Amino acid sequence: MQLLAQAAEAANLAPIGQGLVYGLASIGPAIAVGLVFSNAIQAIARQPEAAGLVRPIMFLGFALAEALALLGFVLFFLIG
Amino acid sequence: MRLLAAAEGAEFHVPTIAELFEWVPFATYKLAGITFHLSWMIVFLFATVALLTLIWVIGFANFKLVPSGLQNFLEVGVDFVRENIVHPTIGPEGERFMPFLTSMFFFVFSLNVLGIIPGIQFPITSRMAFPAFLALLSYVLFLFVGIRSQGFGHYFGGIMFPSGVPKPIYLILTPVEVLSTLIFRPLTLAVRLFANMVAGHVMLAIFFGATAYFLLHGEGILLRVLSPFPFVMSIILVGFELFIAGIQAFIFTILTAVYIAGAMHPEH
Repeated sequence: MQLLAQAAEAANLAPIGQGLVYGLASIGPAIAVGLVFSNAIQAIARQPEAAGLVRPIMFLGFALAEALALLGFVLFFLIG
Repeated sequence: MRLLAAAEGAEFHVPTIAELFEWVPFATYKLAGITFHLSWMIVFLFATVALLTLIWVIGFANFKLVPSGLQNFLEVGVDFVRENIVHPTIGPEGERFMPFLTSMFFFVFSLNVLGIIPGIQFPITSRMAFPAFLALLSYVLFLFVGIRSQGFGHYFGGIMFPSGVPKPIYLILTPVEVLSTLIFRPLTLAVRLFANMVAGHVMLAIFFGATAYFLLHGEGILLRVLSPFPFVMSIILVGFELFIAGIQAFIFTILTAVYIAGAMHPEH
């Protein structure tokens, strides 16, 4: 364990952290954005007259879901 | 562009990400104690603004009820913003935001598309100052619209304490709502535009550089034979960047419109 701790101190872990933070941060929002748009597409396909009602809510939901992925992107720059 | 200037046989220099986005100033001058650096990107920025202004002013100089020529072409753009951005979100009373939203859409699109125009090939919106300032404009606008149409206390009360929620939930809901509305909205507007343009520019640079490296500096015959692959990929990416430029401008504008609509008529 001592060797592991020493190796971790010696190695530069910042790039690994940078890569991990954005990679892990974008899994959830990717699925969420896919869900938002798939449900919006289904809603508009079932009832095309509802497109005007669905579209603003779709964009609002997309913005909120993508916010977390963008936080990961910001942390990428903050780490290193 | 500095990548491709390397001659065959010379050392191939892989630029770092910071190098891809630096603006090399060619003139420096001081005005009132502040140092201004002039670089080609500033020239292109002002040239884009001047070109946009010129096109729109000339198109609508003597505007007729039945359009023709340049006015006809520009009215397609105005109709696009009105039918797809303003009417679905704010409705007919959003007409007074039409100048702002149209200008914002075409400005962001022009700045984005500079990233694929040969000779310039740098999306100006990939420097954080521009998306940050545009997001600040949207932020101030929707706060102002909210305060003016609902009153200060009513507007912020509506953000912090949405109706139809049992009282104890407010302990966790209010901080989340404040964070989401007052802090996340401008931040994500700026970072979304910035991140998309940065990523696109880096990808274009990687594939252009890979084509140059495979073709000119590859050792042996294998890399040179494989060089059409990054070349085809860079062609595809230029088309993709054009698409992304349009989409990001559209998303920036429609989110501003959605936030304005939310400030004018709060969803119950």
